[in-house]
Amino acid sequence: MPYNLKEVVKKQNRLVSGHRMCAGCGAPVTINAVLRALKEEDNAVVAAATGCLEVSTCIYPYTSWKNVSFIHSAFECASATLSGVETAYNSLKKQGKLSKDKETKFIAFGGDGGTLDIGLQSLSGAMERRHNITYVCYDNGAYMNTGTQRSSSTPHFADTTTSPAGKVTQGKVQPRKDLTEIMVKHNLPYVAQTALFGNLKDIYEKAEKAIYTDGPTYISAFSPCPRGWGYPTEDLAVISKLAVETCFWPLYEIENGVYKVTYKPAKKLPVEEFLKTQKRFKHLFKEENKDLIDEIQKEVDKKWDYLLMMEEVTNKQKED
Amino acid sequence: MNNSNILKDGNSVEFKTGAWRARTPNHSKDKCKNCMMCVPFCPEACIKQKDNILVGIDLDYCKGCGVCAKVCPFNAIEMKDNNND
Repeated sequence: MPYNLKEVVKKQNRLVSGHRMCAGCGAPVTINAVLRALKEEDNAVVAAATGCLEVSTCIYPYTSWKNVSFIHSAFECASATLSGVETAYNSLKKQGKLSKDKETKFIAFGGDGGTLDIGLQSLSGAMERRHNITYVCYDNGAYMNTGTQRSSSTPHFADTTTSPAGKVTQGKVQPRKDLTEIMVKHNLPYVAQTALFGNLKDIYEKAEKAIYTDGPTYISAFSPCPRGWGYPTEDLAVISKLAVETCFWPLYEIENGVYKVTYKPAKKLPVEEFLKTQKRFKHLFKEENKDLIDEIQKEVDKKWDYLLMMEEVTNKQKED
Repeated sequence: MNNSNILKDGNSVEFKTGAWRARTPNHSKDKCKNCMMCVPFCPEACIKQKDNILVGIDLDYCKGCGVCAKVCPFNAIEMKDNNND
């Protein structure tokens, strides 16, 4: 069925009010957008890595998770935990101890710290073992839960408390780790990168494909953080749109190795349009730092050209 | 709160986060075209709709972020400072 915003908002949310995420946080919007792609009659097991999402949605004696089974163990273990749950489920189903007609889906959520850094080995392992799970990284580019420390997903030259902009360094010295590409190299049936863009069609369709594709799937979702990035809380959609329109955060998917860029801006905006909206990049607009913005622009262009090239090459290979 | 409630899913609705709010959204039914854009963009999931008619914003949970006002294409939601509280 084609995406229809008015239809999908009728579904009951599986992450409900009363959670303690900050005002304007992108994560709960991302989570509900992903979970809305579940068929209403399907069960889901949600595992979360330690992070903002986990600590703010399960404050004893409350839980914000509704109509899903929620599980959390250690920081690095979301994928390993969910692998175990999925294996136990398959075994019980095989033994006839669970109803055959009820479908259960397995979804893990992790921040970029719990995914790109701390949870990387368990994620890689779960993907290699071909568990039938979907891993969603809500990526806000730093350890926001503990007060904005750099992660390997922190963008190049972003100011964080452990990669400060000052006299010695101009924010994070290293460029960002590209986990989406690393996931592609695990030969997964479906990998996607998405954002809270437009009427949320992009994230819904990608989540639906990921959840209902057999085998391990991975989604990287751009999840703005007003506190850590330094922008007014109301700008969630504005920041997401600029990230996409500048190609700072390209929207694309890879189905069985075939690339598809799902949104191509009619006019690619210069990256500073995105950078200038956030305090974490403020130092880049000093006269002496102009070349740093050029460097970021070069990195963005390189990735964008790579994606367009891969789209062409892999589609051609598929036809041949 | 008794212990049995811990086992109830989604019981965080018993915890009201509305006191965090420094600004309050005001939804104008006249301007609203019920496009539903604000509903999935609310981080608190507290904009209520019924059969695609926007019922209102649940101020028990609204933290006043203003995302809804910004995504509304018809300027039907206006944020007002809570000066009078």
